[in-house]
Amino acid sequence: MKPTRTRLLLVFTTCWACAAAGAAVAASNAPAGMVVIASGVFRPLFASPTDSREVPVSPFCLDALPVTNGDFLEFVRANPGWQRSRVKRLFTDEWYLKNWAGDVALGTNAPPAAPVTFVSWFAARAYAQWKDKRLPTTAEWELAAAASATGPDGKNDPEFQRQLQAWYSSPSGKLANVGAGRPNYWGAYDLHGLVWEWVSDFNTAMVTGDARADSELDRQLFCGSGAVGARDVTDYTAFMRYGFRSSLKADYCIHNLGLRCAKDL
Amino acid sequence: MDYVFWTFGGHVPGSFIRIRQGDLVEFHLNNHQDNKMPHNIDLHAVTGPGGGATSSFTAPGHTSQFSFTALNAGLYVYHCATAPVGMHVGNGMYGLILVEPPEGLPPVDREYYVMQGDFYTVGKYGDEGLQAFDMNKAIDERPTYVVFNGAVGSLVGDKALTAKVGEKVRLYVGNGGPNLTCSFHVIGEIFDTVYAEAGTQASHNIQTTMIPAGGAAIVEFKVEVPGTYVLVDHSLFRAFNKGALGMLRVDGLPNQLVYSGKEADAVYLGKAAGGTESEKRVAALKAEVAAEIKGNPRIANLTKEIQIEKGKGVYMQTCFVCHQPEGQGVPGQIPPLAKSDFLMANRENTIRGVLEGRNGEVTVNGKKYNAVMAPLNYLTDEQIANVVTYVRNSWGNQGDAVSPQEVRKLRSEVTAPAANPYE
Repeated sequence: MKPTRTRLLLVFTTCWACAAAGAAVAASNAPAGMVVIASGVFRPLFASPTDSREVPVSPFCLDALPVTNGDFLEFVRANPGWQRSRVKRLFTDEWYLKNWAGDVALGTNAPPAAPVTFVSWFAARAYAQWKDKRLPTTAEWELAAAASATGPDGKNDPEFQRQLQAWYSSPSGKLANVGAGRPNYWGAYDLHGLVWEWVSDFNTAMVTGDARADSELDRQLFCGSGAVGARDVTDYTAFMRYGFRSSLKADYCIHNLGLRCAKDL
Repeated sequence: MDYVFWTFGGHVPGSFIRIRQGDLVEFHLNNHQDNKMPHNIDLHAVTGPGGGATSSFTAPGHTSQFSFTALNAGLYVYHCATAPVGMHVGNGMYGLILVEPPEGLPPVDREYYVMQGDFYTVGKYGDEGLQAFDMNKAIDERPTYVVFNGAVGSLVGDKALTAKVGEKVRLYVGNGGPNLTCSFHVIGEIFDTVYAEAGTQASHNIQTTMIPAGGAAIVEFKVEVPGTYVLVDHSLFRAFNKGALGMLRVDGLPNQLVYSGKEADAVYLGKAAGGTESEKRVAALKAEVAAEIKGNPRIANLTKEIQIEKGKGVYMQTCFVCHQPEGQGVPGQIPPLAKSDFLMANRENTIRGVLEGRNGEVTVNGKKYNAVMAPLNYLTDEQIANVVTYVRNSWGNQGDAVSPQEVRKLRSEVTAPAANPYE
């Protein structure tokens, strides 16, 4: 079951501008370890005239931290079919949990409090289901990750954007433990600056690989939809996230790609 | 300063790829597992969608493969085409691929790979420390650096290109951009042959050739006269203020017939001297006043202060790139001027050095250096007097002032080939 790329979805996903509406919901509504992300609105940058320019996102719960190696070890202990030597090759490539010492042993390259990486989309989804949760959608993840430390929308905060660009620009070395930095406005840690994270609909990002061809497609929509705020064109970190997601296949296991779970409120 | 480049293979530009027209090429693109970004490659030598970009989009820790037949001969740029494309290219993801015609290119004595690129940093030109990419400057097309082969000074000093008198040199010159068009020129040479835009049409006797962003040119010339030839983007502020400067050092015997060096330097009076008796009288009195002022030690001291201030300006435009803002030099490469015994030992030597350039080993404060300094004789007598006065009175040095007259006298004695970029 290779995921297929659906052209129709392009209009929703190429680049988002996001704005959260409403005040932060009290954290007590969330299950342990999760934070509440208040409802918000996405404005896709490239929308055709017939598409809604605003995509509402309902409030939801999101893990405050990325899933760690320690968390994932519990999962594979409880679900031996997801252990490295037993996993079905259809669901992961050969890099699955490559940094672990063994099927149920983390070893020195996978500290228990560091984010789990080298996990496929299938494995990430199975983990979330085991937790009675789910993976966030792209829209949900982008809404949560738009928040800076001080506000729900850091898009026009130059310092926040600068930090993001700096992270995207440098290679990953050894990964730090989760939760080491400062939480964002919603109380979630490490949405930026540690690892990429799987989203449930990663494969709807229609970037074909040749970014210029994509903008060719987009331009028709762009012109059709009239004047769209030019400020969004400079949301380069969003371009990079969409570029990254669109380079993935569901069985890919990557050194700096992990996950966190979401849940309906 | 430090900068995190994005590269093909760890250097800017990426490897020079060399194939023949008609070759069937199997291309593998590996993306290192530590990378954050997916990447791809668009080779302008490829006929097909995206020049390979659509088939080589590769997540970190993966590898892609595609094949193409090289249908057209020429020199082509390759670059990453992943969004945001300008940022991938602006961080250094480009190089050249040469597709030789089936019979190959005619033989030459030397071939060199030179690629220009413009870079955008948050800090100003020369600012120290790790400099981040500045997206706004990139969008506004206001580069902080314009350089050959990824760095200021990548082709100068002991990294200069070299050739011997009588040899035929071929330069493969590319322009990665992302924004600027290059006006490629070699000071003191005329390109015997230019394959403009790296096509098959040969043009002859070209002084400056335009190289568009994402384009290339092949230039060929025979070197007849020894000396240092400076490669520039003849949009000159890029060359002298942003780094687009390289050097070709040609060794061998002089050829007086092709280039004599300076043969005469006589006084040129401009309009006929003289005038009415009254004008002559006024001129004589003015000269007397000037002499009187000059004789006053307090005024002489103030004049020196003015020279130092003006000299600092010259230094920060012309000298600091090599000798560093505080005259500290670069260990092992560029001798220091600060507290330099060599500098202070002989002021005439210093002035000659500026006029003629330097070549060969010198010992400064007990350490040996062997770097090439280009002649700076395009500076005026006053500018040279000021800058030498400045370095002789800065960073712990204490010396007397140098007058423009002294520079003029020495200039008439030296015979360095003109290095005036405004020739």
